[in-house]
Amino acid sequence: MSVIQQQASARRAIVGTPAQWLTWGGVALFLIFLAGVVVAPLANSFGNHWFNAWWPSGFTTKWYTGAWKDFQLRQVITVTLQVAFAVIVLSVVLGVPASYVLARKKFPGKQVLFGLFLLPVLMPPVTYGIPLATALYRVHLGGTLAGVIAANLVPAVPFVVMTMTPFIEQINPSIESAARMSGAGTGSVFTRILAPLLVPGILASCVLVLVRTVGMFELTFLVSGPTSNTLVVKLFYAMTAAGIRPQQEVDAMAVMYMLSMLVILVIALRFVNPTQLVARVRDDATD
Amino acid sequence: MSGTVATPVRPSLAHRLAERGIDRTLWLVVPGAVFIVAFFVYPFLYGLSLSLTPSGGDTCGAYSGVLASYHCFFADPFQDGWGTIGKTLRLALPAALFNVVASIPIAYQLRGKFRGKRFLQTMLVVPISLGTVLVAAGLLNFAGRSGWINRFLLLIHVIHKPLALVNNYWGVLFSLIITGFPFAFLLVSSYLSGIDPSLEQAAALMGAGWWQRFSRVLLPLLAPGLATTFMLTFVLAFSVFPSATLVGNPAGSTRVIALVAYQAYAEKFDYSLASAIAIVMGLVELLVVGLVAVWRSTLYRGSTGGKG
Repeated sequence: MSVIQQQASARRAIVGTPAQWLTWGGVALFLIFLAGVVVAPLANSFGNHWFNAWWPSGFTTKWYTGAWKDFQLRQVITVTLQVAFAVIVLSVVLGVPASYVLARKKFPGKQVLFGLFLLPVLMPPVTYGIPLATALYRVHLGGTLAGVIAANLVPAVPFVVMTMTPFIEQINPSIESAARMSGAGTGSVFTRILAPLLVPGILASCVLVLVRTVGMFELTFLVSGPTSNTLVVKLFYAMTAAGIRPQQEVDAMAVMYMLSMLVILVIALRFVNPTQLVARVRDDATD
Repeated sequence: MSGTVATPVRPSLAHRLAERGIDRTLWLVVPGAVFIVAFFVYPFLYGLSLSLTPSGGDTCGAYSGVLASYHCFFADPFQDGWGTIGKTLRLALPAALFNVVASIPIAYQLRGKFRGKRFLQTMLVVPISLGTVLVAAGLLNFAGRSGWINRFLLLIHVIHKPLALVNNYWGVLFSLIITGFPFAFLLVSSYLSGIDPSLEQAAALMGAGWWQRFSRVLLPLLAPGLATTFMLTFVLAFSVFPSATLVGNPAGSTRVIALVAYQAYAEKFDYSLASAIAIVMGLVELLVVGLVAVWRSTLYRGSTGGKG
């Protein structure tokens, strides 16, 4: 490489070549770690016997049938699906109208209302989860399916509001005005004009709520009872009660949970980009 | 004899309210707002009042007064409030800092378009959606005493006996990095994409070296975004407790505050103490986030040249 070429490449990259190597090395190390974290339980769950070796000796699927029976996974998965479905529907029903008002209207107390919807997203679940669980048990909702759904709705409704408000803001209000001028009532403006325009945004927020609800550990853990555990909570219990069931069965359940999350993730990434999965970031980044 | 004269042109009450933005569409916000008040604000206030009415149970019976639960948390040797807060911060601050700092060069290298970018981003989202419980399950296998990491290090003779990588401080730190780094990376790269690359080219044309371009041009523009990323990763790391139980040493070095709050709630059934700890936890977190927010407000807040 000539000196001129070297200078040119140094000018293109802000960090020099060794730093580039370091960066890619870091990425590679991270991906290796990630692969290890995913593959190790996968191998163990199919392994006949794995002790002090690189790889299990012989493969079997018996741990899966065992886990399915021992952990009552049919019931757990049914509960998980019910919770996820109910949370998605209710959070959209409660959140989308609210975000329409927040996006379109100016009224006294709007900032307060916005703060009200922002707080549950900012607070870590454990801080409000403990008082919430206590309150839910007091009204006899603790340990029930309804209680788990209600607890999961607390971060989900604000999340829908936070994703839908900017989405509605970018829909031109003159479309609605035109519909009203042409004689449409409020009802038909919503059902025939806004709803079709909102479908992509609603789908995106549904998928994000799905990812969060299935993965939500803390709130479900605090509120759920024996008949209302979701998959992730059941997995945690199985892991803390180590020794009662074979480790391979626990890993088999972990793999099932992993697979269901991956399926959801693949669906999710068809509708949203990866950054949206972690947070809502304003496009102008000046914040 | 009233002195007010209703002029015939005075608009109706509904009309006047509508001019201030109050009309029937506001009803749409009511269900959502009522839900949040009933299931977030009310439990929070309930928890606050609960924390101020000590249960007088076995755990905190020795303390009296309105603030007994708080007093118990900080003074009781079994609760060890200050120690717990310290342990939580010793985990959450380094993890958040590492995640943000490591994201900067990687996000920088990966900005712009290249083959496989979407694939790499997807790979990075995987641990976020897996969550801490599953990452803990994987770490126990992968980094355990006879896991692949130790086997490999033994094989290449870097170490002579297996390292203790899980069931201690390092296990939790690893799990916080595996779940937190992708989060920080995605945020930092989206902030980075908002900085116009021509600013950097201009600096290069004027003879700035790479370090000058980084420290004098890019970093000041990126700093507010980094502060936000730090706050969000910190919040994630601060409240984590599944990994502190599963890959940490929950009786010792990783007895984090969320775990102590949970134990008071589910094992000691002392709801007053549990609420008090939850509130202390919220306050400590708000304090750290507030300090970062104050620091961020001193930073440059202008345009970053739009989407690059």
